[in-house]
Amino acid sequence: MGKQLAKVVGILIVALALCVSVVAKAADAPAIKVGAIFAVTGGAANLGGPEKKTAEMLVEKINKEGGVNGQKIELIVKDSGTKPENAISMAKQLIEEDKVLAIIGPSTSGETMAIKNICQESKTILISCAAAEDIVNPVASYVFKTPQKDSDAVRRIFQVMKAKGITKIGVITSNDGFGMAGGKQLANLANLAGITIAISEAYDKQETDLTGVLTKVKGQDVNAVVNWSIVPAQSLVAKNMKQIGLNVPLFQSHGFGNIKYVQEGGEAANGTIFPCGRLLIAEILPDNNPQKKLLLGYKKDYESQYKEDASTFGGHAYDALLILVEGIKKAKSTDKEKVREAIENIKGLVGTAGIFNFSSQDHNGLGMDAFEMLTVKDGKFVIYKN
Amino acid sequence: MNLPQVVQYCFAGVTVGSIYAIVAIGFNIIYNTTGIINFAQGEFLIVGAMLAISFNHFVPLPVAIFLAVVVTTIIGGLVEIVFIRQVRNASVLRLIVITIGISILMREAMLHIWDEKVRSLPYFTGTGVSTVTILGAHISPQVLWVLGVSTIIVMGLTPFFRFTLTGRAMRACADDRMAARLCGINDRWMVTLSFMLSAGIGALAGCVISPVTQTQYDMGASLAIKGFTVAILGGLGNSMAAVAAGLMLGLIEALVMSQFDVAYKEAVSIVILLLILVFRPSGLFGKREIAAMRAL
Repeated sequence: MGKQLAKVVGILIVALALCVSVVAKAADAPAIKVGAIFAVTGGAANLGGPEKKTAEMLVEKINKEGGVNGQKIELIVKDSGTKPENAISMAKQLIEEDKVLAIIGPSTSGETMAIKNICQESKTILISCAAAEDIVNPVASYVFKTPQKDSDAVRRIFQVMKAKGITKIGVITSNDGFGMAGGKQLANLANLAGITIAISEAYDKQETDLTGVLTKVKGQDVNAVVNWSIVPAQSLVAKNMKQIGLNVPLFQSHGFGNIKYVQEGGEAANGTIFPCGRLLIAEILPDNNPQKKLLLGYKKDYESQYKEDASTFGGHAYDALLILVEGIKKAKSTDKEKVREAIENIKGLVGTAGIFNFSSQDHNGLGMDAFEMLTVKDGKFVIYKN
Repeated sequence: MNLPQVVQYCFAGVTVGSIYAIVAIGFNIIYNTTGIINFAQGEFLIVGAMLAISFNHFVPLPVAIFLAVVVTTIIGGLVEIVFIRQVRNASVLRLIVITIGISILMREAMLHIWDEKVRSLPYFTGTGVSTVTILGAHISPQVLWVLGVSTIIVMGLTPFFRFTLTGRAMRACADDRMAARLCGINDRWMVTLSFMLSAGIGALAGCVISPVTQTQYDMGASLAIKGFTVAILGGLGNSMAAVAAGLMLGLIEALVMSQFDVAYKEAVSIVILLLILVFRPSGLFGKREIAAMRAL
């Protein structure tokens, strides 16, 4: 008898608990599902790692402050392992099974190009954290990207070269989406800037030594070397150049924007010139810079939470979420089409990469002024001065 | 091309070639004892280098490398005892597949222990910008370290396998394990020993090349593929041949690079591997008869 009573009471308690939890759930508005595909592992892990951490941190912060329009954000993060084929299956999964409103990422240009059409056809907003211009040119109505344009990076580099009187350069790129896209922009814009590309070579993205390809560059008597890559091999370039006695200025792409690469490059990295967003130099920006407050805030949050230096790449994920949240707020809805339209109308949104001014023709929203030319001095990033 | 340029290309070839060679040596030790190819060899290298980088925060570089080699040697032994030894009716193919599994396991473990970032040990002599100049061309002193360490390892290993009782016992196990057992050789421990030895040598190799190649948790596989190519090229089981083949492949790649697009060099090394496998399966320096006997 006693046993039976205990059973009944037990069942009642369980039933009650269930009711309470159902009620509690119903009180909350449904969460907004946002997918994220980052290269947390693999060749671009230096990008995907900070991107994932940043996105998770920002979502936690937004939810703690009450969410967007009273709705919480549910972030579903996938690790692509830097493989476009993984990105494709993950994008399909996020769209078809999780039914997300938007996808942020992927980290690399190759992965983004692989899923550009999938997102466009399924009318899912994609805000890429990758740099290549092909992502937003031609414009696909649902596809956006947060990093600065690589053509603008090339233009800034050529400006500096002109000022330094450099006319003949050697170009080396990694054989992945980022490197190839950069190589193409360099080739397209060189003529206009009056610069000759004497030699252009692509190396394997897993290369462990570049003295061979640099020997080839050296044979062409160039005034400067441009390396375009996001892979760890870029810290080898500076070392290998010094090791074979190729003593000309080295220009890197905005993919160099991670202090880790400078540390790996060691003494050789000093003097490397590259275009970059302002995150890395937030502390030394003048106080009236409109980005300064946001940059310092992000840096402080990231560095206190993860005990590592913030990087430009994490900033790209920050901007992607920022733009999406702004779009949802402006649209006052989670309807894909309305949010998409709202994003196209965003003007003057201060992000980590620059100030975003979107339009139906410009899905990047950043101008050439989003880049600052930096150089490395004593193992630190400083603003480059002619 | 003028002379310094030719020499510079040769140095570029020697730099990558020395890396291939030192990786290839590790493959040969386990092959010599068990007849299997250990596809986790690349991971032993990375574990060794990662450990040394971590230890180097607390102790001087030589001590850090020594500790890393010791710890990796122990890991190598444990890997054999936990995974390889437990397999019943172990065919060579089955064991090879298991080593692939071990390599994946080790890679993931490293990702969790050390994260995804690139690291490297400091240069043993000088820094990233120091060079040695020979005939108007320049080479990093670290490359000389890689060559020197490879030479010392080979000079130690060759007599070990030829003349010492333990070394000969290890080779006997590869030739015919049952016969070796009947002769009173403790074949199980010989296999364990071979894993320990190749893990230790792999760790040393990983430390020596770390300043040149940098170290990232997932680099092992691509290093191992090149090392494996070189081991086959030289003739499996012969460490001296592996070094020669490594340098040769490096030089061929540099030569290809100097004349054609850089992208072709990978294709050339794969074509060479295929040609060797088809026409000289015993490797460039291997004896045909031995390969034929092994195949029986």
